[in-house]
Amino acid sequence: MKAAQTPHKKEVPCVFGRPPQLPITKIIRLSAALLARHRRCSTPTAALSLPPRVCSLRPESLSCRLSTIYSWHFTGKTKLCSVDAAMATTKPRLSSFSRNLSAVSSSQTPGVKCGPNGTMFVSSGIADLDKILGGGFPLGSLVMVMEDAEAPHHMLLLRNFMSQGLVHGQPLLYASPSKDPRGFLGTLPSPASLKHDKSRDRESEQEKGLRIAWQYKKYMGENQPNFDSHRDNKQDYCNEFDLRKPLERHYFTRQRVNCVGIQDSKNLAALQEHCASFLAQHQRNDGSCALAGRIAIQSLCAPQCEHSNMDWEMLSFIKSLKGMVRSSNAVVVITFPPSLLSLSSTKRWQHMADTLLSVAAIPDEDKELAKLLSGYQDMVGLLNVHKVARLNTQVPFILEATTFSIKLQKRRFLVLECLNQAPVDGSSGSSYGTSGSCSGSSKAGTLDF
Amino acid sequence: MENQNLNLLDRALGLDGPSEPWPLSGRVVLIEDCVETSGSFVLHQLVKRSLSPTSSNVIIFVAFANPFSHYDRILRKLGCNLVTQRDNKRFIFFDMLMLRCPDVDEGKSSEGGLVLLYEKILKTICGLPGDKKDYVTIMIDDISLVEVAANGGSDYVLDFLHYCHALTSEFDCSLITLNHEDIYSSMERPTLILQMEYLADILIKAEPLSTGLATDVHGQLTVLNKGTSHRLGRSGNKIHNFHYKLYVVLWRKKLVISIDKGYSSEKRSFRRTYHVNGRLGFWNLNTLCVTHLLNG
Repeated sequence: MKAAQTPHKKEVPCVFGRPPQLPITKIIRLSAALLARHRRCSTPTAALSLPPRVCSLRPESLSCRLSTIYSWHFTGKTKLCSVDAAMATTKPRLSSFSRNLSAVSSSQTPGVKCGPNGTMFVSSGIADLDKILGGGFPLGSLVMVMEDAEAPHHMLLLRNFMSQGLVHGQPLLYASPSKDPRGFLGTLPSPASLKHDKSRDRESEQEKGLRIAWQYKKYMGENQPNFDSHRDNKQDYCNEFDLRKPLERHYFTRQRVNCVGIQDSKNLAALQEHCASFLAQHQRNDGSCALAGRIAIQSLCAPQCEHSNMDWEMLSFIKSLKGMVRSSNAVVVITFPPSLLSLSSTKRWQHMADTLLSVAAIPDEDKELAKLLSGYQDMVGLLNVHKVARLNTQVPFILEATTFSIKLQKRRFLVLECLNQAPVDGSSGSSYGTSGSCSGSSKAGTLDF
Repeated sequence: MENQNLNLLDRALGLDGPSEPWPLSGRVVLIEDCVETSGSFVLHQLVKRSLSPTSSNVIIFVAFANPFSHYDRILRKLGCNLVTQRDNKRFIFFDMLMLRCPDVDEGKSSEGGLVLLYEKILKTICGLPGDKKDYVTIMIDDISLVEVAANGGSDYVLDFLHYCHALTSEFDCSLITLNHEDIYSSMERPTLILQMEYLADILIKAEPLSTGLATDVHGQLTVLNKGTSHRLGRSGNKIHNFHYKLYVVLWRKKLVISIDKGYSSEKRSFRRTYHVNGRLGFWNLNTLCVTHLLNG
């Protein structure tokens, strides 16, 4: 808590620590009051610990008596700053690293937030996936999801993606090989009621309470600033979707959702025209971002479509779509079953994607997997992240793990979790197999000694 | 300053010597990568080296994969301003993102689009002032997308590449191309990639580590430099194998590619011992300074 020591010989009042509930303005006022009180002394110094992003007080004017004061820091984008502050000897240059993300992202359109290298993110609809991908799907990128023929988990991703767009009021273009694409909109989930959100919030807030910087390892390892630390904005950016509750009909107004069936058309020219006209409405100007658009194309090479055996036609469609989307404020998600394409075509599609995900089904009653992984009973499937978009940068995004389990919490909420090894049974004495970064087929051999 | 920024990759390519004559002139470089590890960082590094102030290179960049803004941002972090270079006519950018040869007349039009592209390149080279004509570098980002643009006509793409190759002997320009090797690995007779590998003087391969995902190494790079008679009588193949990591130094806003020497057991017989004087790449995090050392 806030502690104000009685000034001793050097008349240095120290205020350190900041309880999360106390707003910054109060701290500043309090510190100003403290300073005013000690104006009489020759060296009016006050040691203040503030999250470095608050730069209204010039730190150079305050001399820091205890370098450990800077060990109190807060989560989110301040991490990098505080490591520097702690490691520097005398003058911490707190303001040099602060990113004014708070100022920019909050005033922008909801559902769009700024990312590094001049990119802007939209949420994928799944909070865990946003975190894994470092913020969400960047605008102007092409996301591909490789389906598994055995299970329709890609539909979960697609549903959340589309719902998120509709909830934010972002126009949506949906193409599907089914006879009635509009019917799919009835299966879109609705945002969960607030009650559930609050309970999740509270538990995550507790774990982010007080952190002490002696744990340098944590911050040295992370070189990606964390963008989603704004608790108040988090609700707006990514909603928690209740898969059992359908989305209210008023979201499906004609001008926002456009559904295209690709089964009947001879080639992809019609779809390309639709996409072109949609993307033309979301052209990226150098000014502010207007409304972001979303395109969801399901099962592009589904066998019931006539174009499914025209490999080069599909590739050329994707290439032109990618070219168009690069200069617009939209995200395109394409799902496709890779088993229906030739190997080299599959690789070409994978290379064209900016972000590449794949879903895999897991068998229901696999005893070996149940032994290896904890929480196996709740798992619905596996999600593999192969590639993360690198727009405007050449540094690849290093993931902590590439395989995640898809679980349904309370059969309603989609969560993605890292794979965890189940506790080893002492008697069996085997299975040092999987670790968090195993690839999709996680049937690792057990070591027998 | 120049010496500090050189790294193993530059030395492997022979770029550590004097910039003039340009060591890569008249040579063909092929960069191969795969889905897990992208090789475009090599391309960016070569752009940066070519546009260094000591050399007088002109780059003709034929981009099929990304728009100009993408490269501009990346090169800016590397310390090279593409906008000014474009204005100074040292960096000529051909945006081919929307090139699509219409397939009304399958045979002719696909070829037509590529022939036009070649003519454009030729016209640009001939239009350069005399002194700059000797140091042209043609870079093609992504041959696989050229194939898509040609609607699968790999023969036309091969013809186009052969014509560009002819330019290397005619005008002494260098040709640097990027292709994805894993696309062709499943084909029976991958003519395109085999011919390109044959033509290439320098072959650079970016692959993931065989051991899997790692937080501090992005992948491994293999550089095969087929010696020619240019290089002061040195001949014979040189194979270098590195582990590489790409990162951004936030402090100086500079990207430094640090390439550590990796271990490659199968190529040991060809590898020369590489003695290094100390730092070959360094990164700063405010007051911390970590230098990467290399040990044979």
